[in-house]
Amino acid sequence: MSRIFATAASEARIALRNRWVAIAVAMMALFALVLSAAGSGPSGTLGFDRLSVTVASLTSLAVYLVPLMALLMSFDAVAGEVERGTLALALTYPGSRASLLAGKFVAHLGILALAVAVGYGIAALAALAFEARAVAGLAALWRLYWTSLLLGATFLGAGYAVSAWARRPGAAAGMVIGLWLAAVVLYDLGLLAAVVADGGGTFTRHVFPWLVMGNPADAFRLFNLAASGATSAAAGVAGAAGFVPPLQALAWLLLWPFAAFALAIAAFRKVTP
Amino acid sequence: MQSLILSHVTKAFGATRALSDVAFAVAPGERVALLGHNGAGKSTLMKIVLGLIGADAGEITVLGAAPGSHAARSATAYLPENVAFHPALTGQEQIRHYLRLRGQDPAQALPLLERVGLADAARRRIGTYSKGMRQRVGLAQALIGRPRLLVLDEPTSGLDPVSRRSFWGILDGLAADGAAILLSSHALTEVEARTDRIVILSHGAMVANDTLAALRRRAALPTHLQITARPGAADEVAAALAGHRLNGVRVDLSCAPGDKLARLGQIAALGPLVEDLELIPPSLDDIYRHFCTEAGS
Repeated sequence: MSRIFATAASEARIALRNRWVAIAVAMMALFALVLSAAGSGPSGTLGFDRLSVTVASLTSLAVYLVPLMALLMSFDAVAGEVERGTLALALTYPGSRASLLAGKFVAHLGILALAVAVGYGIAALAALAFEARAVAGLAALWRLYWTSLLLGATFLGAGYAVSAWARRPGAAAGMVIGLWLAAVVLYDLGLLAAVVADGGGTFTRHVFPWLVMGNPADAFRLFNLAASGATSAAAGVAGAAGFVPPLQALAWLLLWPFAAFALAIAAFRKVTP
Repeated sequence: MQSLILSHVTKAFGATRALSDVAFAVAPGERVALLGHNGAGKSTLMKIVLGLIGADAGEITVLGAAPGSHAARSATAYLPENVAFHPALTGQEQIRHYLRLRGQDPAQALPLLERVGLADAARRRIGTYSKGMRQRVGLAQALIGRPRLLVLDEPTSGLDPVSRRSFWGILDGLAADGAAILLSSHALTEVEARTDRIVILSHGAMVANDTLAALRRRAALPTHLQITARPGAADEVAAALAGHRLNGVRVDLSCAPGDKLARLGQIAALGPLVEDLELIPPSLDDIYRHFCTEAGS
């Protein structure tokens, strides 16, 4: 346990020095501000409180931004140490490979938690400042917060797996961008096209729910939009959210981080320094 | 009780044989130099000892345990070749990190850095360090927690003469304290003076494992005699000794180990014709080349 914290402390310090913390926090804060401003217009006519509308926009944002930040923080974790030659050294110290990865995970997830908290906090303050009944949206915002961390944790694990698999930081960087594009952008577009073409047929009712659960980003999107009742404010695959029970989406969302981390450890075990 | 025992260690990477049938041991307090050209298998051997990679065949015992086991790792220190620590951390932060990983008090970081002569730069980022300073950070982490076996891959590369001297001083202290040391180096002259035994690897095979004096005897390489003759007497001296005149005053001879005293007698007999005499025994360089070419042919 003390080894995990030692690694986490060093990794957090490195992220702070590399300005990763500042970049992540600034990025989340900026996007939250923009969305709060954009969401302030039509809220009165829709009947939703201002914050609930912002949460719907934040969900669409987080599904892109949180995995991206997680992957950018994690791609160097193993490949960078291989390149610097410090991995061979680290592995001659007492302690398991899993604990080394766990230390990095704790630090990176902490940074993600801070950045997302700042961003969502700004959105909440902006909404509450204009409208007292926005308090009604706080539950949805809190739900968005911890599911964002689950999503981030999943992509951190995926990033470590890619990093261990690629062995070189350059290759790992390219591969995480590819992973991000495929998992967050293309997968969703493909599903949307299939659902539209199917028009509520067998595919939508039986295959689609499994395909949604097969991707943590979609599970995250569906759970938050379905649970907040703001589905009507969102477009895309979320329109078909009625076919997937929110609890099932949540179960998968909880499962994914463990699966991703297990994958990362399996990939890391194969690395010979 | 040996600190490190290797027997019949064999390792292949695909079709290339990295190590074949290597066997030697290192006793507590002994400093063993691992020599060999680039790609001879030195780093591979070290990684096997550390448990970073497995051997295909053979047995390795590290401090009475299996390589890479918790017991072996707890008491073994390693200095990798060309290690580059994270440039964003300071030397002190990096050593504190390694101290915590070994379960030691992080407050020892400054004394450790002082020991390797880095106290002044302890609070500067490693990104600003020179190659020699980074090497000394690596050495500082290898000193953590009184290790019983040190595996050092080219520890003196990049060090200036003063730091080299202090490095060997630290190593002498560790050996006197009973630590076993296995190091690789290309700086043959310092290895010659500062280690107890020499293991030579050539294309993955162990071609020598002995003290330098014994290797010298076994190689039976000629000793060189450089004679400085009195001005004008060089030809006479060369003729008398059947030697080779190099320039106006110098005559070079080489003689087999057994003939050394007889040759010296002849030179002494020339009396006033000889002004000075230099005796050059075969260097580690020569011995190293001898064993490597012998293995190659």
